[in-house]
Amino acid sequence: MADDATAKNVIPTGSAGAGGKSPEAVKAAAPAATRRSFLASMSWLGLGWVAFTAGTGAALTALGRFMFPNVLFEPPQSFKAGLPNEYSLGVDERWKEKYRVWIIRTEEGFFALSGECTHLGCTPNYFTSEAKFKCPCHGSGFYAAGGKEKIGINFEGPAPRPLERFRIALTDDGQIVVDKSQKFQQEKGEWIDPESFLKI
Amino acid sequence: MEAVKGFINWISDPRWLFLLSVILFFFMFRLRVLWTVKFGIVALIASLAFFGLSMLDKNFRIISTTPDNVPIVGLIFLMAFFTWLSLKQAFDNDDRLRIGQPPKERTERFEKVMVWPDLVYTEFIATVLLGAVLVIWSIVLKAPLEQPSNPTFSPPVMKAPWYFLGLQEMLVYYDPWLAGVVLPGLIIVGLMAIPYIDRNPRGSGYYTFAERKYEIMVFMFGFMILWLLLIVIGTFLRGPNWNFFGPYETWDVAKVTPMVNVNLSEYIWVKILGVGLPNQWFGAKYMGILLRELFGFILVIGYFTALPPVLANRSRLFNGFYKTLGGARYHVMMFLLLAMMTLPIKMILRWTIDLKYIVSIPEWFFNI
Repeated sequence: MADDATAKNVIPTGSAGAGGKSPEAVKAAAPAATRRSFLASMSWLGLGWVAFTAGTGAALTALGRFMFPNVLFEPPQSFKAGLPNEYSLGVDERWKEKYRVWIIRTEEGFFALSGECTHLGCTPNYFTSEAKFKCPCHGSGFYAAGGKEKIGINFEGPAPRPLERFRIALTDDGQIVVDKSQKFQQEKGEWIDPESFLKI
Repeated sequence: MEAVKGFINWISDPRWLFLLSVILFFFMFRLRVLWTVKFGIVALIASLAFFGLSMLDKNFRIISTTPDNVPIVGLIFLMAFFTWLSLKQAFDNDDRLRIGQPPKERTERFEKVMVWPDLVYTEFIATVLLGAVLVIWSIVLKAPLEQPSNPTFSPPVMKAPWYFLGLQEMLVYYDPWLAGVVLPGLIIVGLMAIPYIDRNPRGSGYYTFAERKYEIMVFMFGFMILWLLLIVIGTFLRGPNWNFFGPYETWDVAKVTPMVNVNLSEYIWVKILGVGLPNQWFGAKYMGILLRELFGFILVIGYFTALPPVLANRSRLFNGFYKTLGGARYHVMMFLLLAMMTLPIKMILRWTIDLKYIVSIPEWFFNI
C-alpha cells in the first residue's frame, strides 16, 4: 500500500524525498552562487562593518572628549570667607548664594556646612525659629542648632545621611578659608578630623 | 461650614485619604448601583456642587485655579468619567453573560463606513476643536514662568511637573536610586510584561469585569491609587517644604510638622534589644554594618523569596494563580506584584511607626 501511495502522489506538495524535487534541481533554479562571488560579497560586508565600527567608535570617542572641556566656568572650589570676628554665634548665610556653604560658629569654633541635601541635591532653606535646615523638595530636615556634633544631622524626611562639611582653616593673614574640594562625612566618622573644624 | 471644612481638611491628610481611597477602591467593584446612568448623573452633579461650593473658599480657589493645577482638576473628572464609562459597560455585559446572552459588542451590526469622508471629517473637526481649545487655554492661563534657575536657592514650593508628582511623592519614602531608578524601571518592565503574564483569553473585544476580576483590579490599583492619587495629593495637598496642607488650609511656609524618622536597625538594636547599634563583628567594620542591618535584609529578602511559595501553598486564590500561570509566570507576576506593593507598605510604615529605612547603609549609599 505504501508503495502505491508514493507512486500515485504526483503533486509535489504532499511528500518530500524521492517523489518531490531533488535538491540539485532546487540549486540549479537559484542564481549561481560561486565561491568567488560569495567571498566578494562577504568582503564588502566586512568592509562595511569595519567602517561602521570605526565610525561609531570615533563618535563615541568624540563624545567622551566632550565630557572634559578645556575650560570650566565654575566658581573656585576654595574661597576666603573673611575674619573670624566678623561672625556671630550660629548659622551664617552670607556665602550660601555664591558658594552654597553655611559657615557656622559654635562656642568652640567654626565649621563649613554644605548646602546640598543628601537625598536628591536640592538646597535646603534655613529656618531660624525652628533651628533647622529644611529641604523643600521632599521634606528632609537637618538640625541647625545644638552644638558641633548635632548641626547638620538628618532627623526627618527621606535624607539618608547628614549634610557634608568642608575643609576649613585660617590663612596667614588671619582669614577663614573654606576648601570645598575636601569634604567630611559624618557617617564615615570624618567629622572628628581636625581639618573639618576650626578651633578659635 | 467651618466644621465641615475642618473635617475635610482632616480627612484629606494623606494617611486617611490613602486608607479611605483603598477601601473605596475595593468596595466600588462590589456596588453594582455605582455603575448606572442614574448614579453617574447624581455623582456628576454632586461633585460639581462640591467643587462649586469649595470655590467660595479662598485657599481652595487659589490652589485649584493655579494654571499648573487646572489640568489636574480636569484629570480628576476625566478619570472618574472614564472609569465609570468602562465599568458601566463591563457590569452591563456581565449581567447579559449571566443570563446567557452574548456581550453587547457582539450584537452590534458590523456596518462599514468610508474613510473618506466619514473618518477624515470626524478627525478634522476634532483637530479644529482641540486646536481652538489649546489656543484659548494658552491665552487665558499664563505659563508659570519664574526667574532663571539658581542651584543655591530652592523656593519653598518645589514641585516636579504634574506627571512626575507621583514619583516625587514616592521619593519621600525611598532613597533616590530606588524611587527614581529601580521602581520606575519596574513600572515600565511590568507594563511590558503584562501580555506575557496575562493568559486569560476572555474579555477580548468586549468589556467585562467578572471574567477579568484580578487583572482589572491589580492594574487599576497601580494606576489609580499608586499613580493618579499620588499626583492629586502632590498637586493639591502638598505645599511649602512638601508639608501636607488640607484643601481649605492656607499654605504657610513656617508650618511645622514634626516627623522624626527612625531606621529599622535603631528600632531593633536600641529600642527592643537595648544594646546599641553594633560597630563591628568578627573584628571588621563592614561586618558590623551587615550585622546592624541583618534584620532588614532578612525582612526584604524574605518578603521577595518566601512570600510567593508560601502564598501559592496556603492561599486558595494564589494557588489558583499558580495553577493557571505555571511556575515561571507565577514567580515573575509575584515579583512585580510584591514590588508594587512595597510602596503602600513603606508609606504605611512611615505613617504608623515613623520608619525611615528598612535597610539603611549610608556608608555605601544603600538604603531600602
